[in-house]
Amino acid sequence: MDNISFDLDKKPLREVNQLLHGDAAGLNGKSFTIENPNGAHSIAVGLKSDVHVTIKGHAGYYAAGMNQIAKVTIEGSAGSGVAENMMSGVVHVKGFASNAAGATANGGLLIIDGDAGLRCAIALKGADIVVGGSVGSFSAFMAQAGNFVILGDAGEGLGDSIYEAKIFVRGKVKSLGADCEVKTMDAESKKILTDLLAKSGHVDVKPESFTQYGSARTLYHFHVDNAGAY
Amino acid sequence: MSDNSYKTPQTTARYSATFDEYTMSEIRRAAATGIYDIRGGGAKRKLPHFDDLLFLGASVSRYPLEGYREKCGTDVVLGTRYAKKPIYLKTVITIAGMSFGALSGPAKEALGRGATAVGTSTTTGDGGMTPEERGQSKTLVYQYLPSRYGMNPDDLRKADAIEVVIGQGAKPGGGGMLLGQKISARVAKMRCLPEGIDQRSSCRHPDWTGPDDLEIKINEIREITDWEKPIYVKIGATRPYFDVALAVKAGADVVVLDGMQGGTAATQEVFIEHVGLPILAAIRPAVKALQDLGVYRNGKDSVQLIVSGGIRNGADVAKAIALGADAVAIGTAALIALGDNDPHLEAEYNKLGTTAGAYDDWHEGKDPAGITTQDPELMQRVDPVKAGHRLANYIAVMTMEAQVVARACGKSHLHNLEPEDLVALTIEASAMAQVPLAGTSWIPGVTQF
Repeated sequence: MDNISFDLDKKPLREVNQLLHGDAAGLNGKSFTIENPNGAHSIAVGLKSDVHVTIKGHAGYYAAGMNQIAKVTIEGSAGSGVAENMMSGVVHVKGFASNAAGATANGGLLIIDGDAGLRCAIALKGADIVVGGSVGSFSAFMAQAGNFVILGDAGEGLGDSIYEAKIFVRGKVKSLGADCEVKTMDAESKKILTDLLAKSGHVDVKPESFTQYGSARTLYHFHVDNAGAY
Repeated sequence: MSDNSYKTPQTTARYSATFDEYTMSEIRRAAATGIYDIRGGGAKRKLPHFDDLLFLGASVSRYPLEGYREKCGTDVVLGTRYAKKPIYLKTVITIAGMSFGALSGPAKEALGRGATAVGTSTTTGDGGMTPEERGQSKTLVYQYLPSRYGMNPDDLRKADAIEVVIGQGAKPGGGGMLLGQKISARVAKMRCLPEGIDQRSSCRHPDWTGPDDLEIKINEIREITDWEKPIYVKIGATRPYFDVALAVKAGADVVVLDGMQGGTAATQEVFIEHVGLPILAAIRPAVKALQDLGVYRNGKDSVQLIVSGGIRNGADVAKAIALGADAVAIGTAALIALGDNDPHLEAEYNKLGTTAGAYDDWHEGKDPAGITTQDPELMQRVDPVKAGHRLANYIAVMTMEAQVVARACGKSHLHNLEPEDLVALTIEASAMAQVPLAGTSWIPGVTQF
């Protein structure tokens, strides 16, 4: 597999992103390494071909934003909105992720080895997210679809106003948000969890050690009796 | 002597101005249901508006242009500041963002057809871009909203411009709302929601907070689209000077400023009528912000201003431009041109407990005109070709009306209209629009009486 290296100390990010947006036929199967990212924002955003991009260090906001097909590995920590609105592919953060990781992501897999900040998986729309550590408050707010696995703890208001997304937490949950409740893990959900643990490098972790959360579906329609929940 | 036939006169029945008929009906409705009133449209109360302004035509001191013979330009270029591919429109009148979901598919198609016929743009809304809309719209602005319903990078790349929506005039500070009657299977799928639920949209973007983050967000969108497309920032009129300044600082190519007369698909009545500014009060502070930052009509560095909220005719267009806007957007007026609230449907409006011209329960999805509905039978009432033709006619008329006024003021392009061409009929309008009270040189807050 070809590997092309870019040094952001020497090459503007604009040129790197432009190249990574090139014709898929010419890019598919290629690997790219980005040296000296130094927290730059919008690294490897809008990718849409079968490439593997490795960011050798810390990334700023929106790394791998709106990713399609590509695999992006961040060998460091990521700023706000990593893999936001991802459609497909894999984004792997080997360090920590800041706020709104995987926000509104529609598809693909986001793996965060460390902790994630506030509002992780906010408005999740179908992607899978696995966090090796803990997540901050208000995570999975209004999460619509997809699966969200947390090996550590969750902060306040987990799953507030959640729709049909599934949340699996191994540690403690400080508090649940409105309309989020504990669910009994059925066979289908257990399989989803088992597969995601395997895909994210946590093969030794038992799915039975997780508690599943989801929507109580009491806020799906406006009603005066729910006024206190809003 | 007493007059036994004399009776003490009674006063006539007198209604309270405070507790008027509508107010009392709302109290009764609230008492019966326990939930606030939801409706579509914009502010219905009487507000200071463009009707409170008049143009000073040319006379001895100004030289008019000949109608029908001497050219009066109406075109506008949007997105010159950073975009590689700015948008060129033949008329300054654009179509505001309205969603598929709030509107039926045929209505959205009609908007695209009408806008394309007269060389202007139309805009998506909450819920994403449909193939019909993209296919029928030569120039399509793609809204990037807090909910991100239907948001995907392929559509982002298909768009001609991208509008980051912070707020709208009908409900600045509020999120969207689409009730279950309109969450059809197709709408639900596009928004990734369970069918038939009462959808709540976020009022804040999920992955950024504040103007510094907005700058980074805009930069991300530019990177994804290779800096080709103009980026608009849409705000509801509240603190126009500061909000416009911050949008410019964040890197907007175009600022869209929406007054409280601007419509919404659905929100609380109290929100529509009591939050935000009428557009008349917002334009001059917005222009001042652009001027102070050196981006007002300053060649390639310019940030264009689009204003909306109650634009109805060519005079409104000309007045908005004279106050400093580069373009305007219409929403409610465009729906009326398509056939919304048309008197020929009076019997059907009556069945819904309302009357043609007052129907605003757009959220219920029962629109007899087939426009604000997802009902498969009702929506067939919209013929996209005929409705699009009506919209094109209407925009053409408004454009010509604006030209009539501009020529009378001696202007060879609509953009040459200026505040000095205007006077105000009321002290309020004078203060808000910062033009003199008619017959005086007084501008409250600016000059001495």
